Amino acid sequence: MSTDMDKILGPRVPADELKEHRARYLTPTLIFAVAAILLVISMFLPYWSLTLHAPQYPQGLTVTAYVNHLEGDVGEIDGLNHYIGMRKLDEAAQFEKQVSLYGIIGVALLMLAAVFVHNWWAALLVLPALGLPVFFILDLQFWLANFGQNLDPTAPLSSSVKPFVPPALGMGKIAQFSTDAQPEIGLWLAIGASVLILIGLYFHRRAYKPLADAQKQARAENKGG
Amino acid sequence: MRRIFVVLLVVVMVASIAAACGGGDKETPTPEAVNVEGGLPASAMEIASARGLTPDDINAALKTFVPSGKMDEYMLFLSGGHSGNVIAVGVPSMRIMKNIAVFTPESWQGYGYGSKESEEILDAGNVNGVKIRMGDTHHPALSETGGDYDGQYLFINDKSSARVAVIDLRDFETKQIVKDPLLISQHGSTFVTPNTDYVIQASQYGTPLGWDYAPISEYKEKYRGTITMWKFDREKGRIIPEESFAIEVPPYWQDLCDAGKLASDGWGFCNSFNSELATGGVEEGNPPFEAGVSQRDTDYLHIFNWKKAAEVVAAGKAETINGMQVIRIPTAVEEGVLFLAPEPKSPHGVDVTPDGKYMVVAGKLDPHVTIYAMDKIQKAIDAGKWTTDDFGIPVLNFDDVMMAQVELGLGPLHTQFDDKGNAYTSLFLDSAVARWKLGGDDPAAYQLLDKLSVQYNIGHISAAEGDTVSPDGKYLVALNKWAVDRFPSVGPLLPQNEQLLDISGNPMQVIYDMPMGVGEPHYAQMIKMDKLHPWDVYPQVGWDPVAQAPSEFATAAGEEKVVRDGNEVEVWMTAVRSHLTPEHVQIKKGDHVTWHITNIETAKDATHGFQLGGYNISLSIEPGETTTFEFDAVNDGTYAYYCTEFCSALHLEMMGYMLVEP
Repeated sequence: MSTDMDKILGPRVPADELKEHRARYLTPTLIFAVAAILLVISMFLPYWSLTLHAPQYPQGLTVTAYVNHLEGDVGEIDGLNHYIGMRKLDEAAQFEKQVSLYGIIGVALLMLAAVFVHNWWAALLVLPALGLPVFFILDLQFWLANFGQNLDPTAPLSSSVKPFVPPALGMGKIAQFSTDAQPEIGLWLAIGASVLILIGLYFHRRAYKPLADAQKQARAENKGG
Repeated sequence: MRRIFVVLLVVVMVASIAAACGGGDKETPTPEAVNVEGGLPASAMEIASARGLTPDDINAALKTFVPSGKMDEYMLFLSGGHSGNVIAVGVPSMRIMKNIAVFTPESWQGYGYGSKESEEILDAGNVNGVKIRMGDTHHPALSETGGDYDGQYLFINDKSSARVAVIDLRDFETKQIVKDPLLISQHGSTFVTPNTDYVIQASQYGTPLGWDYAPISEYKEKYRGTITMWKFDREKGRIIPEESFAIEVPPYWQDLCDAGKLASDGWGFCNSFNSELATGGVEEGNPPFEAGVSQRDTDYLHIFNWKKAAEVVAAGKAETINGMQVIRIPTAVEEGVLFLAPEPKSPHGVDVTPDGKYMVVAGKLDPHVTIYAMDKIQKAIDAGKWTTDDFGIPVLNFDDVMMAQVELGLGPLHTQFDDKGNAYTSLFLDSAVARWKLGGDDPAAYQLLDKLSVQYNIGHISAAEGDTVSPDGKYLVALNKWAVDRFPSVGPLLPQNEQLLDISGNPMQVIYDMPMGVGEPHYAQMIKMDKLHPWDVYPQVGWDPVAQAPSEFATAAGEEKVVRDGNEVEVWMTAVRSHLTPEHVQIKKGDHVTWHITNIETAKDATHGFQLGGYNISLSIEPGETTTFEFDAVNDGTYAYYCTEFCSALHLEMMGYMLVEP
């Protein structure tokens, strides 16, 4: 039993070794824990914002995206978008918004589980958390393209505003509006978590690789002996 | 090891912030303000020279110019006189911000052109079934808390039909008109008590109470005036007529009033100018009014204790006439509510000093201002030393209550105050503003300081918060009746000239001439802009601006409908850029149509107008507002309705057809 577990979860740390080099084994655990906390905090913070600038809106119009909802001048932007035949913003990414909170908690839990896995499987467990910011941007770009490309051809301005793809990050231009898409603090926290995960993986490897190697060697010797 | 985490976290944070801040820095640089060392650019001097400007002109221009996007420091609310409205103007720029419709219909605001809300407000001011659609606004009063403007409400009177209106400063719209059931004309209104418990209103031309018929020969016996105390409910934002009361006064033609404050809190003061009881009739060989009312050397300052009057009413000692509780003259005398004091003949304004201790009476036909002291009045009343007039009202001895007199010039009319212990009085005949020093309890310390000519025939003046317990000084507006040569000719009906004076320095300086071409202001109130907190849009989509609450007729997008019940048709419409829904309204000749429109916009300035040509309907539907109009489809035909407020690029397309089948 313990051998099978060891095969999947990697070697356990002997008590003496843990007492002697406590910091070595604690480091990856703490780093993953901090990364998980950052992800959980990020769920309550905006990930992304898009600000529209036009002469008649001196303060600009801003829509702010959280992982599970939109805030800001959504009504006004929807009102303007009807001229070009764009669907209402709240219709975008409905599935993602519904599952996002559970998803992020799940991703964070998987990452915490990696603490108990002392071989290369750990890397697989943290992969979803590591890739979260990239997934967010790609999904956002997908929806922006989907909305920009699927304009109602009977809308009042359909002849002057052709289907377009707004950039997920950076500046764009649509009719008299210049658009400015920016990552917000939640996304930065998620990116921070990804950086921490990479660092954590390094410390994870440094701590457990020698144990795993020793175990492998011991097995080989057992077989040989 | 712990240090590593800290370092790591810091690195991540710094990287995040750096990344977040980078990128979008391409704002155009803001032009820098000039400084004293650098001086004005040479181009400015070239312009000044080419335009022939004097150093004073340049100073005036610099003091009043408000650059694009910058805000004025004060808001001035001017009565519009017989235009029946109120005009809101920015100070120091003197630009009109809004023309607020009050007693007179005004189609831009959709006031009195079909909207049920405004028609009901206006109809409340009808007189015995006669539709009144005009007014003569004279004296605006901002609501006060502790004797200082609070920026919540504005009151305005109508002299010609004896009415008072309430304007809510959350949306700068008229909410209520009340008609005095005893008077057909008034003048000394509006003035609020220090916490806006009451709005004071004094009658002007005496008539029998309720303006019943009585021959002019019975003037002394039957004709009367009142001082009406309109009860104001701040929570409701309404005058409550049932809780209001009036004090009967002789037909002396009461003029301006003011409420006591601080030292004189609980008291009110009104002037009068026909203690002669002249009844005119020049065509019958009698002295004309203008001479008849000016015969005696003195008239009567009315001094009334409104707090005591309220107690008298509460004690059931008032008589109800036409639904108004009235303290008759004998009761007022017996209860110590009403006193008179002689004042130099035919004065105009009586203005209470900021500390509430003194009342300044401006002589009009007498070159002095006469200052009365509240403590002297109180002592004289306590001493019971008085004579009585023909109506049995105590007349205090002039010398007992008078503190000082200052000779200012010809035609002193009205007084305001600054923050330095000075008073300012308009001089109608001299066309000047006199600045003089208040002397407290030392009669010799009251002194004329300086005078400044204004153009021309100055009536009232309005200083920055100049009738409150804490005047600001700085600005004063002269409400000149005649412009004569100040503006390009626009035909024989000239604008008035509202002149802005800088009173912060010595001497005072006229710094702006504003042509007033939409009314004839009598008085104004000037409030610091930061005390006003109007809404950008209504708090909720589907708002009833009269009730200031959600409307039962609110219509959401997608719920528009036309419902027929017999020949009653009800339309539920929404307005949003750039469509009115429904776009076809099919009705039949003879239908009675009730039509609700909700502007479902939430963006600032996204107002939609609505006009239905041929049916005299004009609405202004501000963001969030729900409004209703009703009409009888008396004519068949094909009608177009459309948005009248240029709302968007597709504004012209924002229309619909009303098809009326024969």
